[in-house]
Amino acid sequence: MSGEQAQAPQDVETTDAATEDIETGADAVVRALENAGVEHLFGVQGGAIMPVYDALYHSEMEHITMAHEQGAAHAADAYGIVSGDPGVCMATSGPGATNLVTGIADANMDSDPLIALTGQVPTEFVGNDAFQETDTIGVTSPITKANVFANDSETVGTDVGTAFALAKRGRQGPTLVDLPKDVTKGVASEDPGTPETPDTYNPPETADPEAVAEAADVLAEADQPVILAGGGVIKAEASEEIRAFAKEHEIPVITTMPGIGSFPEDHELSLEMAGMHGTGYANMAITLTDCMLAVGTRFDDRLTGGLETFAPDAEVIHVEIDPAEVSKNVEADYPLIGDAKAVTKQLATAMPRSPACDEWREQVQVWKEEYPMDYAAPEDDPVKPQYVVEAFDNATDDDAIVTTGVGQHQMWACQYWTYKEPRTWVSSHGLGAMGYGVPATIGAKLAAPDKDVVCFDGDGSFLMTCQGLSVAVRENLDITIVVLNNAAIGMVRQWQDAFFGERHMASEYPWIPDFDTLAEAFGARGFRIDTYDEVEEVVEEALDYDGPSVVDAHIDPGENVYPMVPSGGDNGQFALSEDQL
Amino acid sequence: MSRNQDLHRNGLEGPAPEERTRPVGRRNKQGIRVDPDVEAEHEPRRTIISAYVKDEPGVLARVSGLFHRRQFNIESLTVGPTQNEGYSRITLVIEEPEPGIDQAKKQLNKLLPVVHVRELDAEPVARELVILKVNGDEPDKVQAITEMYGGETLDAGPRTITVQITGDEGKIDDAIDAYEQFGIREIARTGQAALARGEEETARVDETHT
Repeated sequence: MSGEQAQAPQDVETTDAATEDIETGADAVVRALENAGVEHLFGVQGGAIMPVYDALYHSEMEHITMAHEQGAAHAADAYGIVSGDPGVCMATSGPGATNLVTGIADANMDSDPLIALTGQVPTEFVGNDAFQETDTIGVTSPITKANVFANDSETVGTDVGTAFALAKRGRQGPTLVDLPKDVTKGVASEDPGTPETPDTYNPPETADPEAVAEAADVLAEADQPVILAGGGVIKAEASEEIRAFAKEHEIPVITTMPGIGSFPEDHELSLEMAGMHGTGYANMAITLTDCMLAVGTRFDDRLTGGLETFAPDAEVIHVEIDPAEVSKNVEADYPLIGDAKAVTKQLATAMPRSPACDEWREQVQVWKEEYPMDYAAPEDDPVKPQYVVEAFDNATDDDAIVTTGVGQHQMWACQYWTYKEPRTWVSSHGLGAMGYGVPATIGAKLAAPDKDVVCFDGDGSFLMTCQGLSVAVRENLDITIVVLNNAAIGMVRQWQDAFFGERHMASEYPWIPDFDTLAEAFGARGFRIDTYDEVEEVVEEALDYDGPSVVDAHIDPGENVYPMVPSGGDNGQFALSEDQL
Repeated sequence: MSRNQDLHRNGLEGPAPEERTRPVGRRNKQGIRVDPDVEAEHEPRRTIISAYVKDEPGVLARVSGLFHRRQFNIESLTVGPTQNEGYSRITLVIEEPEPGIDQAKKQLNKLLPVVHVRELDAEPVARELVILKVNGDEPDKVQAITEMYGGETLDAGPRTITVQITGDEGKIDDAIDAYEQFGIREIARTGQAALARGEEETARVDETHT
C-alpha cells in the first residue's frame, strides 16, 4: 500500500503516464476521439464542458478556440466536407449548445459528417432548470442523425465513438453526445476502443443486382439521358466512378449544388448545376430528358422547382443510400438502394451498351451556345461580381477550395468559378445559413493546409460571423475572404425587385463598415476594390499575402443573379432577366 | 441607398421562355408522373403501423416528434413493453395517402432505437379500450348497454357510473354513441394496440433483439 501511495505523485507529474491511463469519463471521451483518428477540434470553453477540455490538456489533438460556437460548428462542418471525416465541434451546456444549433442543422440538411460534444449540467441537476441548462437532446433531436445523453462514465467513451462512427457511415450526418459534468468527472477504466456503429444500424452497400440490370437496360435504351450527380457522389467518394461512367457512355452530367466538383465543369459533357440558379442548358436538359440517372440526391425543391414540371418525361433511376429519400419528392421508377460508389460500379458492369443519343448530345451543345453564362461585359465601373469571381479562379490552382456565405455572392461563386475536383466547393446548401463563410473557411483551411482557400462572402453574411477573423489571425491561416459588397441582403432585395414591388424593406444597409479597415483591426490584411483597374493587383496581393486577408469588393449593386427559376416554378421556363419573371 | 437605374441592365442572353421546347408529360404534386388528362391524387388511407423498438429513454419522444415535424396525420399511438426485456412495441394508427404511409415507415426505420417497422395487413388483431363516465340517473339502462357491448362496470355511485368497453375502433365509436343518451361526463381512450393475425409475426427480428 505504502509503495502505491509513494508512486501516485510521480504518476500525476508524468505527462505520458497521465495520457495513457484512462482515469475519468473525460479521458475516455478524449481517447475515443484519438482512437477515431481525430486531429482537430473546434470549440469554445465553458463551465459544464471544462472536464473534457482539461482532459485535452495532454492530447496531441489540436483544439481551435473559436470566437463563437456557431463558428465552431460551421468550421467543423467544413472540415468534414473537405476531409471526408467527421469534423468535431464542442461547446458547453445551455448557450454553448444552442449556439451550435445552426451549424448542426446545416450539417443535417447537407448530410455532412459532424460530431458535436456538448457539456451538460451534472445529472442530479438535470430537469431542474439549473444554470446554463438546456434540454440539448430535445433541442437537437430533429436536426441530428443520432444524439445521446451520456449517463455513465464507464460508457461515455463508447458513446463518443459510436457517435463518430454514425456520423461517418451510411448516409453521413451530424451526431451529438451530451456530456453531464458528473459523467465526465466520474471514474472510467476502459479504453473505449475503435468506433463502431450500433447493431440496429445497417446501411446498404450494393443494390439488388436484378434491379441494377433492369435500370441499366432502361438507361441504354434512352434517347435523351442525363446523369444528375448529387452531394452523395462526393460523400461516397464516387466522383471517379461517375466520371468514368459518364465518359464511357457519353452521357451529359448535371450536378446539384452539393454535387459541384463531382464532375469537371470544363468537360464538354458537363452542364454544371441545374435548379433555381442553375445554367440555362442544365435546366433545359433536366426538363426534357427521358431518362435520369440520379445519384446521391434528395431532390431538394431548389433543384426541382415545382414537382409538376420537374423532368416530367423522365424515367428516374435513383441511386440512394437512404431509402427514405427514394420517392420522397420525385418518384423513382428504378430505385437502387445502396452506396453511390458501389452502385455506380454495378451499373458500369451491367450496362449492355451505350445509349444511342448523338442527337441529344448535339442538342445539349446547342443549348450551351444559346444560353451562355455571359454577364454584361466589364465596361464602366462599378465592378461586376462575376468578374471578381473569375479573376480569383484564374489566379488560383485547379484544386483551390471555395467557401461561401449564403446569398447572391454564393450563386455567383457557384456559377462563375469552374470547379474541377470534388471537395473544392464548401457551402451551406439545404439550410442556407448566412454567416457560414468565415468559419467554414477556417475549417476548410485546417483540413487542407496546402491548398488555396478562397471565401466568397456577402456583406450581410460576413457581418454575421466576421468575429472569426480573430481565430484566423491567431492561427495564422493563409486564407482569402472576398466580400462581394453590394451594401444589401442582395438575394432578398432581388426577390423584392421581382415579387414585392421593389419595396426594399430591411434589405439595404444605409451604412456599413469598411471591411478592409475592419480586417486590419483584427490583425488581418485588408484590401479594397472599387474599380476594374484595381482588380488584378488586389487579387494577386491578397492571394500572395501569407495570412488571412479580406478583400472588400464594392460591386455593382444593380447586379442580380440569373438565370432564375422562381420558387416552385418550372425549370424549363427559367428567367434570363427580371422582365421574364 | 438609391438604385441607379442605368446599372440595372443585368441579365443573360438566350431564347425567351415561350420560345423553348416544352416537355410532353407532367407529374403530380407528389412527384409522380401522371397522364396529363387524369391527374390522379392519392386518397388518404387509414392504417396501422407497428414498430418494435429498443426501450431507451426518449424513444417515444423521438417517434412522436418525427410524426409531428413531418406532418404525418396520427390518429393514435400506444406503447408498451413486449415479452422481450428491453424492447417495446409502438402501435400507430395513421391516415395518409400512399406516399405518406411509405414515408412514415421509412422515416421510422431511420430512428436508431427502432429495430423493425411494418404496416399491418388489412385484418390485424386490433383492440382499443375506453373508459366512460356517464350520469347515473338510469343505472338499469346503462347496465343493459354495457352488457350489449360486452363491457364491464368499473365503478357505480349515486351520480355516476363508470364502464369499460374493449373492441375495435368501430365498436368503441358505436358504444360511445349508445351512451350519449345518459350524458357522458368523461372519456379516456387508450388508442389501438395490434398484432398480426394468426401465425404471422408482427415483427420479424433476429435473436440479438429478443
